[in-house]
Amino acid sequence: MPVRNVCGGRPIIHLALLTAVIAGLLFAAGVLDGAFAQAAPFGAPRAPAPAAPVGGVLGWIFAKQAEFYRQFSGLIRAAKADGSAVWSLIGLSFLYGIFHAAGPGHGKAVISSYIVANDETWTRGVVLSFASALLQALVAVVVVGIAAALLSASAATMGRAVNAIEIVSYSLIILIGLRLLWVKGRAFLALLRTLHRPAALGAAATPQPHDHAHHHHHGHDHHAHGEAHHHAHAHQDAAAWGHAHAPEPEELAGPGGWKRGLSAIVAVGLRPCSGAILVLVFALAQGLFWTGVVSTFVMAVGTAITVAAIASLAVAARAWAKHIAEARPGYGMLAMRAIEVGAAVVIIAFGALLLTGYMVTERMVGI
Amino acid sequence: MMHRPVICGLAACAALVIATAAARAHPHIWVTVKSELVYAPDGTVTSVRHAWTFDDMFSVFATQGIESKTKGEFTREELAPLAEVNVTSLKEYDFFTYAKANGKKVEFEEPSAGYYLDFDPKDTVLTLHFTLPLKAPVKAKDISLEVYDREFFVDFSFAEKDPVKLVGAPAHCKLSIGRPQEMSAALTRQLSQLGADQRDPSLTIGAEYANKIFVKCP
Repeated sequence: MPVRNVCGGRPIIHLALLTAVIAGLLFAAGVLDGAFAQAAPFGAPRAPAPAAPVGGVLGWIFAKQAEFYRQFSGLIRAAKADGSAVWSLIGLSFLYGIFHAAGPGHGKAVISSYIVANDETWTRGVVLSFASALLQALVAVVVVGIAAALLSASAATMGRAVNAIEIVSYSLIILIGLRLLWVKGRAFLALLRTLHRPAALGAAATPQPHDHAHHHHHGHDHHAHGEAHHHAHAHQDAAAWGHAHAPEPEELAGPGGWKRGLSAIVAVGLRPCSGAILVLVFALAQGLFWTGVVSTFVMAVGTAITVAAIASLAVAARAWAKHIAEARPGYGMLAMRAIEVGAAVVIIAFGALLLTGYMVTERMVGI
Repeated sequence: MMHRPVICGLAACAALVIATAAARAHPHIWVTVKSELVYAPDGTVTSVRHAWTFDDMFSVFATQGIESKTKGEFTREELAPLAEVNVTSLKEYDFFTYAKANGKKVEFEEPSAGYYLDFDPKDTVLTLHFTLPLKAPVKAKDISLEVYDREFFVDFSFAEKDPVKLVGAPAHCKLSIGRPQEMSAALTRQLSQLGADQRDPSLTIGAEYANKIFVKCP
């Protein structure tokens, strides 16, 4: 069937375009997140090549990250002998954080999707990024502090502790996604329904030319939803604008929502960065645990900067999509809702992938 | 009417996410490799003897919490359980060792007993010693042996000094060594041309970094 028939005309093309834009953005975040998504300290990330879109940049990030990482042990040793080397260590931690956050498990994709789904402001995006990064550092310090420093637990025990935390973290991510899907999915369906209801509030609308084939089609779709009122109203779309302002009781954005943000911070931030754990353990072995702690937190600041930058992109993309959507009454709103639903789905997908990825990589513990 | 495109969009979105989340790679462990090819008196290759030295960060991490008589030092006995975990888990990765005899893949047995870990207290590094016997000893004009992680989680490279030895090889056998390629501009470009959904090329990426030994016994 020709696309036009299936999709029923221009609004849909715009919709698809918008969806594609947001998808592309989340995808980019996903590339960065996924491409390096790290496994447990000994988990082997299952796979292959840096993906296409960012190409050489990724390779460069890889190389830099490895280069920085390999300097840690030397600098920690140096810091033992000469206190001033601590400054180099701090500088290195910062750089490593920035590059590494392009990498594993720092929740760029989840946070970006969350921002898109939730209509978060830029400030909140930045706060989310920093809070989750700092929490990650804190968890790493607590895990190594308790397990290694206090209990002299083995690497395997620590690995298990981290794995348990990971399962919780990934499950929380899925839960957040599901909750968003529930809220946003209902908002989407509600709007869809009002858009197709006979024009109770139609006055404000500017009727748009519309082809009948399309309406026909939509009528069929709605049988599936058990709605009964379409066939008679050839120009019901005219009513759309009236509903663009349909209230959304569960509207999540806006002030007073910090508690909500907390769930995202915890879900993303729970999972300690394995790089930090290795640095901490190494520092501990050198008798420089506190130096390791400082390094870990500096690393987190670097990480947060990268994550915040990507989150800012997500905020900007959403704002842009909204701008376009507003020019298209009714369907524009619907598109925004659809994007939110899509972002919620992305969060669930990531959570599920991380969880299953974890299951896969689990087997390599010990190498 | 909204449904289809939206669903299309979501599906595309999900597909992209899945494709990219699968694309992961970045080394977490560095290993310096020394290997020996062991020959029987009749000139067949019987086994590969590996000595893999892990990077210090990983070594310290791996030995964390292992009890030892002398602080900061570990004996082979104290490290035996860890060695066992290492070797057992390596099984799943074909021991990262890939060999060909006259162009044909060589199969390995599981490591014979007698593998062990050594700890160097000065550099705080672990070295894993293990021997991989060939399923069927081969006599071949051309033998190649590679050590690499196709997923590039472990970054293998040959030792600078004496990376490979032939033990008991016929005198006319000649050894040459290919070192891993640096992440060159060309390689970066090559990597960037791979689609997100292409999984197999990772094999060649690992191979680009491979440590390859060639033995010619004309």
